[in-house]
Amino acid sequence: MPNAPVPLSWYLILSAILFALGVAGFIFRRNIITVFMSIELMLNAVNLSFVTFSYEFKQVDGHIYSFFVMVVAAAEAAVGLAIILTVFKNRATLMIDEVNSMKY
Amino acid sequence: MTALIFIVFAGIAVFCAINLVVQTHPIASALSLIGVMGSLAILYLQLGGEFIAAAQVIVYAGAIMVLFVFVIMLLNAGAEAVSFQASRFVRYLGALLLAAFLGLISLIIQAALPKTEGVLFGTFQGTALDVGRKLFTTYLLPFEVTSVLILIAIVGAIVLARKEV
Amino acid sequence: MNLWLIPILPLLGFLANGLFGRRIPKALINLFAVGSVALSFAWVVKTLLGLGPIETKYVEHYFTWIQSGMLNISVDFAVDRLTAVMLMIVTGVGLLIHIYAVGYMEHEGGYYRFFAYLNLFMFFMLVLVLAQNYLLLFVGWEGVGLCSYLLIGFYLTEQFATNAGNKAFIVNRIGDFGFSLAVFLIVRQFGTLDFAKVFDAAKGMPAEASAGILTAITLLLLVGATGKSAQIPLYVWLPDAMAGPTPVSALIHAATMVTAGVYMTARSATLFMKAPIAMDTVAVIGLATAFFAATIGLTQMDIKKVFAYSTVSQLGYMFLGVGVGAFSAGIFHLMTHAFFKALLFLGAGAVIHGLHGEQDLREMGGLFKHMKITAITLLCASLAISGVPGTSGFFSKDAILVAAYERAPWMYWVGVLTAGITAFYVFRAWFMTFMGEYRGHAHPHESPLVMTGPLMILAVLSLGGGFINVPRFLEPMFAEKAENQTLAWLSAGVGILGIFLAWIFYVAKRGLADSFAKAFGGLYTLVYNKYFVDEVYDAAVVEPLIEGSRTVLWRGIDAGLIDGTVNGVGQRSRGIGSILRLIQSGNIRSYAAWVVLGSIVLLIAIGFAGGLR
Repeated sequence: MPNAPVPLSWYLILSAILFALGVAGFIFRRNIITVFMSIELMLNAVNLSFVTFSYEFKQVDGHIYSFFVMVVAAAEAAVGLAIILTVFKNRATLMIDEVNSMKY
Repeated sequence: MTALIFIVFAGIAVFCAINLVVQTHPIASALSLIGVMGSLAILYLQLGGEFIAAAQVIVYAGAIMVLFVFVIMLLNAGAEAVSFQASRFVRYLGALLLAAFLGLISLIIQAALPKTEGVLFGTFQGTALDVGRKLFTTYLLPFEVTSVLILIAIVGAIVLARKEV
Repeated sequence: MNLWLIPILPLLGFLANGLFGRRIPKALINLFAVGSVALSFAWVVKTLLGLGPIETKYVEHYFTWIQSGMLNISVDFAVDRLTAVMLMIVTGVGLLIHIYAVGYMEHEGGYYRFFAYLNLFMFFMLVLVLAQNYLLLFVGWEGVGLCSYLLIGFYLTEQFATNAGNKAFIVNRIGDFGFSLAVFLIVRQFGTLDFAKVFDAAKGMPAEASAGILTAITLLLLVGATGKSAQIPLYVWLPDAMAGPTPVSALIHAATMVTAGVYMTARSATLFMKAPIAMDTVAVIGLATAFFAATIGLTQMDIKKVFAYSTVSQLGYMFLGVGVGAFSAGIFHLMTHAFFKALLFLGAGAVIHGLHGEQDLREMGGLFKHMKITAITLLCASLAISGVPGTSGFFSKDAILVAAYERAPWMYWVGVLTAGITAFYVFRAWFMTFMGEYRGHAHPHESPLVMTGPLMILAVLSLGGGFINVPRFLEPMFAEKAENQTLAWLSAGVGILGIFLAWIFYVAKRGLADSFAKAFGGLYTLVYNKYFVDEVYDAAVVEPLIEGSRTVLWRGIDAGLIDGTVNGVGQRSRGIGSILRLIQSGNIRSYAAWVVLGSIVLLIAIGFAGGLR
């Protein structure tokens, strides 16, 4: 098989597409867990971008940033899901439209 | 070879991402996300990020997504009602337009980026040795700080989610 | 020589009476008030005796008041011959009136306040007279205006008195505006306000045949003088000022304050001599005022109003004298007028006091046997003002009329006619008061010595004051004019004719005056109502100002614009706040949308700014 190199820009375009999809899910979905997962999708897209640029400069710094992003995502997921559990306990709903007691 | 793998797994990633956004039941979205992560792990491998690919599979797909799945099953909320009512024609047209738009963006990005060498599997290896060395010398402070961050997250999660006695 | 003592002594009297007057006995108030003026008069005499024949000006420099750029204004007092005359008049006549006021104000409330204001007035008047630059003179000018306002409105519970005070102050202010403009022009033209420097510089300038800077300055000075000295068109405050107590009318509105305009014009003689147009204006205004006011005095029924219009008329004479170049004659008439006009007012005050407040001539009559001293002294004053030969008024008025003839014969004839009218109305008042039968209802009595004493002194001065040859005294400053015996005796004759006519109208044939009034009904009404000048001013000036102020300035600008802006700021804030509030909707999806929008904007901004390089 031909071993042509893959242009770096393709990876970046893929990262952009995934990020856009993440934003779309973040805005348009009503289930709060789905919104959270869209956020995770965005973080993954950014990770891909980091690793790509790390390849371009042939240094592992991008990998390390990506590593930290993962750590933060883990922490955020833990705390966020705990909050969702609490909200569900109090409101018995996962639809963010219905958590609107601050509405004027 | 590199290109083929890239196209296949990029396609899988995009397909799973679209699935995540479109699906009604959260568990389906969760499984799609796992798919995305898996494909991304392969792509990391291709880019020479061995350590990161492993971390992705173990931590992200293996721990975080499992946590998500646990919570979804715990809450048992069910599928949400579909609110978007548009005709199939509009939906297909929308998808087409979106694809065209994305293609246009891609072309622009492609043209704008400097011409560097492409990606070939094996050219660069981000081994665990290299990552570890960098992590414990140059990036020591962020490393320690993130450990504190995780501690805070643990405490926070436990406090928030415990049963009231 | 310590000239500063002369004004400071009355000022100390003001402070003593003003601060402590409520608590000290009346005798002590009298001591402070009269004593301070007496000491000031004594100091004036001592200074003048010490200076001898004042060949050159004696200046005392005290301190620099304003030093700004090229403008240097210092507080200087100086005595030259003109100042000497004015000082003697102000302190001497002032002292007599203070003594008189002790008796007149015996039963009035606010006793200490009256004397405090009177002393303050003396202070300012003396500052005015002693000043050596225009700004210090203006300080005195404004100060006497203030005291005039305070004293006219002395009966401050009476609406007509406070209105009169307001009117005096406001009309004076209009004149002061002209004076201020003149001062500005002097600074611009000469760079200084010091008399010596300005006059020295002006001597070198050519006489202006057509309107130039000196004409502008002197005309504006004239505006100030018409306000202070009650000439046309700003005389309207003086008759109303009779609302104040009679000693006030005598001191301020006869002898001293109203003469400030004449003094200022005489002081600025150098400037006026270089602006013939202004001199003519002064003369014409003076003459017109003299005639105009004399005609009004013919018909008035209030004794004080008669004398008020007489004051306006006599001031017109002084301006006529100054306007035709006879500065010394004008000052001479100023002095004699101070004597006989103060006497007329004080005598009228004695009559009013004796009748317990009655001022209407129709309610008087036959008072000769009740108030002999008052009647005789008033007779002396009336003879003097009519210009009967030998009296002081004869000498001074003739000096003016002769000079007027040299300038333009028609001025002389109008002046003579006015002299005749003057004699007529003064003796009309005297006959109506003292001859015939008593028409009123009170019990008239003679006044105490403290009041009749000054009357007698002033009577002597009115008769004999003409022999104080002021024009010769002032000759080094102002050139003396030639004498003309024929013209002098002619004017005297007209004066005596006036007295004779008054005797016929008011003593011999009683009803003649009333039938005359009925025959010339319309004309009589016009003159009796002072030619409706006050009404015209009211409609043309006062009402539009008040209306304009109310609608435009108050409602339009103050309430509408300024309040609207200030309140509007608050309301705009509320409005903007209520719009911004909508962002915090409580809806999580909208928050998410805002986050995305914000990040897009941020990215675009960074992209435009050149990326994160």
